[in-house]
Amino acid sequence: MLTILFDGVAYGMLLFILAVGLAVTMGLMNFINLAHGAFAMVGGYITVLLMQRAGIPFLVCLPLAFLGAALLGGLLERTLYRPLYHKPHLDQVLFSIGLTFMAVASADYFIGSTQQIVQLPEWLKGRTEIGEGAWMLGMGHCLFIIAVCAALTVGLQYVLAKTRFGSRLRASVDDQRVAAGLGINVNVVFLSTFAMGSGLAGLGGALGAEVLGLDPTFPLKFMIYFLIVVAVGGTSSITGPLLAALLLGIADVAGKYYIPKLGAFIVYCLMIAILIWRPQGLFVRQGGKS
Amino acid sequence: MKDSLNPLLVSRRWKPWEAVLWVVALVSPLMLPGHALIINEIAIVALFAVSLDLILGYTGIVSLGHAAFFGMGAYTAALFAKLVMPDPTVGLLVAVVVATVLGAICSMTIIRGSDLTRLMVTLGVGLILMELANKLDWLTGGADGLQGVVMGPVLGRFEFDLYGRTAAWYSITVLLILFVIARRIVNSPFGATLKAIRDNRLRAMAIGIPVTSRLAVIYTVAAGMAGAAGALLAQTTGFASLDLFEFHRSADVMLILVIGGTGWLYGGVAGAVVFKLMQDVISAITPQYWTFWIGLFLVVLVMVGRERLLKPWTWFSRGGKA
Repeated sequence: MLTILFDGVAYGMLLFILAVGLAVTMGLMNFINLAHGAFAMVGGYITVLLMQRAGIPFLVCLPLAFLGAALLGGLLERTLYRPLYHKPHLDQVLFSIGLTFMAVASADYFIGSTQQIVQLPEWLKGRTEIGEGAWMLGMGHCLFIIAVCAALTVGLQYVLAKTRFGSRLRASVDDQRVAAGLGINVNVVFLSTFAMGSGLAGLGGALGAEVLGLDPTFPLKFMIYFLIVVAVGGTSSITGPLLAALLLGIADVAGKYYIPKLGAFIVYCLMIAILIWRPQGLFVRQGGKS
Repeated sequence: MKDSLNPLLVSRRWKPWEAVLWVVALVSPLMLPGHALIINEIAIVALFAVSLDLILGYTGIVSLGHAAFFGMGAYTAALFAKLVMPDPTVGLLVAVVVATVLGAICSMTIIRGSDLTRLMVTLGVGLILMELANKLDWLTGGADGLQGVVMGPVLGRFEFDLYGRTAAWYSITVLLILFVIARRIVNSPFGATLKAIRDNRLRAMAIGIPVTSRLAVIYTVAAGMAGAAGALLAQTTGFASLDLFEFHRSADVMLILVIGGTGWLYGGVAGAVVFKLMQDVISAITPQYWTFWIGLFLVVLVMVGRERLLKPWTWFSRGGKA
């Protein structure tokens, strides 16, 4: 049972890393970006291709996946996303769906529609088991994921809460116009945040390529999960999405393990129930401008 | 004569070109006998798009889960034909009723919250239904789809033929009937209040429009119409599959509506014609990657500005607001 909990936590952590960029961009610019999964897919493919074709070790690939996705995110933000910030939501939804379709079809065209396999290094493959019976705890690759994600979460929390950039970001999220009036260059803040968010998604995609499975439909398959994390967690802090991601991860893994017949059913019902109960998300900070 | 100054009445009157359009539509299966199948599909998709237009174009609800009602109608019609009786008209009515009830239940979920919340809830409902259709495989055939649906003749007289001519007429007739109803709705005072809600919900509330009930009613009506479109598809193809609930179907219908123009009932019809023909041409060139071109089209469409697409003379002048 602990193993399920542990797997759930790892899965949730992974979802959090994948979705946190989306939460920030949605909160910051009120932009509904359905194409976030495409950046995660880019990160995943960078890792897979570098490892297969160039033989670069897994650990070196991770930062490269981050950089690649971040560069792409920054480029797209500057060229395509920026004109759309003040358009209606319908335009944003259409645009990002279009981008997702293009990403899916291009990945299919250039790389092929088969699921990619990540060759993990030997030291990650082992499985450690502690305890016995119902309380047996089996750990493997998940331990590594949890460690990396926890480190990233702490780092993110530090950046957001303690650094100057973090306070600028929070100010821009709360009220963009006043922040701009105070001399904060909101455009630059947003560009770097978008690039960071895309980079994190890329890193998440690289880390999760083995657990989540990587094929060209990745952005569509996981889009709903990212959106659940953001919608349920709220966009005003990173604790909200973190808790939502953990909840979702555990519910999903436990649901699939105990009642496989119902499958993803539980997750969706839970989401709808929560959203009817609290339309703005579970964790809303008072004072921010919605 | 004073009445003609009332914009509600002017927009309600049938124009000559509308009558011509419908006559052409009804004659088209005769003129193009080889293309009756695609005419049938266009009519179905047009009905689906018109139903989305009621909530998206007229009321301003961004929904990514409209395929839920489409699929519900399709499965209901197919199951009804298979298990109860093969008469298409009764099946169509049953499907509409079931989809309407589902819409009434779901309308409670879209009343509150922001655009994002609504997007998520509508998407979630679609996914739940898809999951249900997948898991209840003793009833729906699961991932293989529901096969072996045999339809009886329409009104007991007109058999469905292999070339789809009866199917095309059947679908166009249903489209026409529901289109007239939709036209009646949007041009009524009720429709005017919907537009008021779309433009400014707060002010609409302030002048005494019961926003919640209006949203619920129009969402329910749109669900019923989407159900009718789904039922037509299932009846004319004799098949229902999980694909009906897929996300891309909701996205496609949104694209269709946007191509034709939102907030205009003929937008759905025009978009359906353009989209289906485009899909036919592109998928004949690159069968596997046509989603790429659809995606590119969407991106360009939004970049150019979707209200400018149908007005080519504004493409090269810099708009004051855009």
